[in-house]
Amino acid sequence: MTDLLNVQNLRIAFPSRQGPVEVVRGVSFAMGKERLGIVGESGSGKSQTGRAILGLTPPPGKATADRLEFDGQDLRNATKSDWRNIRGERISMVMQDPKFSLNPVMTIGRQLTETYRTHRKATKAEAWERGLEMLNAVQIRDPERVMNAYPHELSGGMGQRAMIAMMLVTEPELLIADEPTSALDVTVQIEVLRILDALVTDRGMGLIFISHDLRLVSSFCDRVLVMYAGQVVEEVKATELTRAKHPYTQGLFNCLPKIEGGQRPLPTLERDAAWAI
Amino acid sequence: MALLDISDLEVTFTKGAEHVHAVRGVTLSVTEGESYGIVGESGSGKSTVLRAICGLAPISGGTVRIDGKELTQPRRPDFYRNVQMVFQDPYASLHPRHTVDKVLSEPLAIHGFTDRETRVEQALEDVGLGHGFRFRYPHQLSGGQRQRVAIARALILEPRILLLDEPTSALDASIQAEVLNLLDRIRGERGLTYVLVSHDLSVVAHMCERLMVMQHGQAVEEMTRESLQSRRAAQDYTRKLLTASLGYRAAQEEQAS
Repeated sequence: MTDLLNVQNLRIAFPSRQGPVEVVRGVSFAMGKERLGIVGESGSGKSQTGRAILGLTPPPGKATADRLEFDGQDLRNATKSDWRNIRGERISMVMQDPKFSLNPVMTIGRQLTETYRTHRKATKAEAWERGLEMLNAVQIRDPERVMNAYPHELSGGMGQRAMIAMMLVTEPELLIADEPTSALDVTVQIEVLRILDALVTDRGMGLIFISHDLRLVSSFCDRVLVMYAGQVVEEVKATELTRAKHPYTQGLFNCLPKIEGGQRPLPTLERDAAWAI
Repeated sequence: MALLDISDLEVTFTKGAEHVHAVRGVTLSVTEGESYGIVGESGSGKSTVLRAICGLAPISGGTVRIDGKELTQPRRPDFYRNVQMVFQDPYASLHPRHTVDKVLSEPLAIHGFTDRETRVEQALEDVGLGHGFRFRYPHQLSGGQRQRVAIARALILEPRILLLDEPTSALDASIQAEVLNLLDRIRGERGLTYVLVSHDLSVVAHMCERLMVMQHGQAVEEMTRESLQSRRAAQDYTRKLLTASLGYRAAQEEQAS
């Protein structure tokens, strides 16, 4: 069986006056149709890893890899037209903040139908119908209003769901979700996860879930990669996260306050220079 | 006697003919040295309560008393000596073109302190930043360091009440632990009174002895830390929040059962 996505020795470097700075240093993983979590602090390279898969490393950054394959297709030498057939069509990405990633001067409906009509042959009316269906699927109660609304007229949770709908309207095989729920309230968070979960189970989609919230990821994903300083320090099954071996993973897990109460002061993360080597 | 006493607080924002009733009759009282939490989702009016206390939102009904004295409009300078606020986003709440030194000396100048030099040094020391940070600009600091500067700015006037509006929600989990420990330590040392707003029940359970759950601008229920820890919630909404905070799998199971 070929993997849906296979990444070997991914490296991303940004030039600086002191020479290139590597922010991702040799990340390797393979995944099928599953929920893979990538966890780490800000600056650990988790978002850059997600972007590099879609060839979206911001210039002047450079991404190199020994292997970067999606469904058997080598993405390293993909041309612009190759990318056009992949981005949004077969791999989609949900960004963290709906306020910054939706077009502020286009209605949700126009953005949704634009996505759909770029990738599928459809009339405007068909695309509109499809958009309404998708908004229904992400549990937006009054899809007609949302289709005609501008992003600023929606709450954060609504905007995020509209964006998920936009990314899924083409039924991609792989969804990369970069902190899709960090800007949302706990109750809305669970709802959005429920939608993503249903999509993975019903459509057999692959999902890469990038987050800094270890507890959330462990309760949602099948497998978790823990990143520190641009490297994967540990790969654990989500159910076995409490038994993680690496001190960084343990530290991340223990420094969260608990409702039931616990240590006071909270244990903080003691960083070991050896982890970054 | 309660240090901070709020009764039937109402906040209405008016824009033309539109009225948004953000806070609808909230009553709470916090005694000296206590830490009080307000929990709710976005739009529940929890931050607006804090903003109304320090004069950033219009009070349209009810009273706010500090030390038994009703607040004046505008607030007097001695109000700000007693009450200070720390905002959610450390990236937005520090002036980008002021050095840490300027940020910290400005309140001292306004309130006529003479020993500014030593106070600025001391304030940086208290929040765990050495004097090496004194002449840096906000863009030269990490998120956690910025939030420490914001806390130092609030503490420099030696207030009795600190209003904390989601002080850690923009920070990583590991940095959150450090900032919460810092706030906890300072409260112990100085006997401060905290009002902490958060959407994270576990942060509130860790930091506060009593808390109030808010929804749609109204208080849903008031709880103690013990009742929160043993998950004895009287209202459905609080139970929903508690379930959601368990994480995805647990919330799914709870819903199924």
